[in-house]
Amino acid sequence: MKKYRKDFPILKRKINGKRLVYLDSAATSQKPIQVINAIANFYKTFNANIHRSIHTLGEEATKAYEEAREAVASFINAEHKEEVIFVRNTTEALNIAAFGLRNIVKGKLLLTEMEHHSNLLPWQQLAKLKHLELDFISFDKDGYLDEPEEKLKGASVLAITQASNVLGTINPIKKITEKAKEYGTIVVVDGAQSVPHMPVDVQKLGIDMLAFSAHKMLGPTGIGVLYAKKELLEKMEPVMFGSEMIKEVSFTEATWNELPYKFEYGTPHIAGAVGFKAAIDYLQEVGMRNVRKHDERITTYALKRLKNIVSIIGPKKAEDRSGLIAFTMGDIHPHDIATILNEEGIAIRSGHHCAMPLHRKLGIQASARASFYLYTIKEDVDALVEGLKKVREVFER
Amino acid sequence: MSDIYSEIILNHWKSPRNRGKIDDADVVIKDSNPLCGDEITMYMKFDDDKIKQVSFEGKGCAISQASASMLTEFVKGKSIDEIIKMNSNKVQKMLGVKLSATRLKCALLPLKSLKLGIYSYLGKKLAG
Ligand SMILES: Cc1ncc(COP(=O)(O)O)c(C=O)c1O
Repeated sequence: MKKYRKDFPILKRKINGKRLVYLDSAATSQKPIQVINAIANFYKTFNANIHRSIHTLGEEATKAYEEAREAVASFINAEHKEEVIFVRNTTEALNIAAFGLRNIVKGKLLLTEMEHHSNLLPWQQLAKLKHLELDFISFDKDGYLDEPEEKLKGASVLAITQASNVLGTINPIKKITEKAKEYGTIVVVDGAQSVPHMPVDVQKLGIDMLAFSAHKMLGPTGIGVLYAKKELLEKMEPVMFGSEMIKEVSFTEATWNELPYKFEYGTPHIAGAVGFKAAIDYLQEVGMRNVRKHDERITTYALKRLKNIVSIIGPKKAEDRSGLIAFTMGDIHPHDIATILNEEGIAIRSGHHCAMPLHRKLGIQASARASFYLYTIKEDVDALVEGLKKVREVFER
Repeated sequence: MSDIYSEIILNHWKSPRNRGKIDDADVVIKDSNPLCGDEITMYMKFDDDKIKQVSFEGKGCAISQASASMLTEFVKGKSIDEIIKMNSNKVQKMLGVKLSATRLKCALLPLKSLKLGIYSYLGKKLAG
């Protein structure tokens, strides 16, 4: 989708005298000029606090903030816009999900072995606090999740990623939520890597809660979403306390504001919401089906080109993967791979990608990861392949 | 070809000096770099206020491994005071390359572990 590249000013940058080859969109995506302008325009023309000030600017800012909520709700097909809670990022969303459920969880918390630390640690902590058992669904040698069936028994929550940020595996969420319903298990989905890359319809998929970040989907950093079904949000407890989230306050007691404000505390990232809406508008213009198709095309090409020079982690078939490929190169440490690629202007991620237990299970310490988005072109993959050949030369001379 | 991966760094990466255990070490220190998961274990033997013997084990990138190899070579026989005074400039000079802030962390892990080892030894000595 070459034609979109002109919208991303950063792609014109040179790194070490070379064309920037940005293959780290799974960490954070680049931003189109439309998003950058929307944020600047907010500060230039209608900056004000929301839900408090009666003046024109306050009204305009409040309207823009709530329009962003509506845009998100429609993007994931939420039934009600109050089901969309603005938070800082996926990590905060998952913490609010876990601790918001503190009076509801019992028995067992079920996770998978492919979770990002952000969808592991909140549940670890909750399990400690409430003396609950933690259990894990494992995955096979090709990176496919095992059948969850028997583990669902007695699990009050299943926390699961829709797309793994290391294996690339896309989990069959619809099938899983259907099973989970039979056991009355609440399904909390980490959508950090899926919502930016494929159509996600919370109603069709039967998702109870969904977390994702704007910054991985063309939007600004500092804003993300916790979606949850209204019935669930009504039963949940707030996690952060203070202004905005209250209805009545005395010196010793307080009651909570209505949804979604019960979970939004203090002055939110208003400019971020404005930028987020611009990002969603942009993605809808492109079409999420097209984004997914492009990911699949680039991943197919990259799998083919990389197959013989590196060891690829995760499923072999592009249709089962999101647009990222983690890999290792024998003895050569991923950090060294990334450093040499950087000399060529190529940006990849290296390390454990916030999934230490997953890497340990794979028997490796770290991996290198190239990730794609709608502005990624075949030439980027070609540059990566050439760069990796250089890595070999450096270490094998 | 590559500014960072000089002949000498690659040489230490391929044939690290002082790699392995010291069975009767006075101090064994394990440390890691959470950014990349590099791990290092340092074994140290002291002779009063001097480092008599030092070795390392662990996994990591070429920079951290070369740094450990060079550093263990350099500090053998040196006094504790001298090693405590070593800083990041000294390590970069030893490696002979200029590193970015993130890669500097890799290079400094061995020195950090070494210093931790020294403090642990001094602590033990004080405690008698
Ligand atoms: C699968 C997954 N979950 C959670 C996160 C955390 O996202 P954030 O850093 O925006 O909170 C990430 C990204 O780093 C991710 O890839």
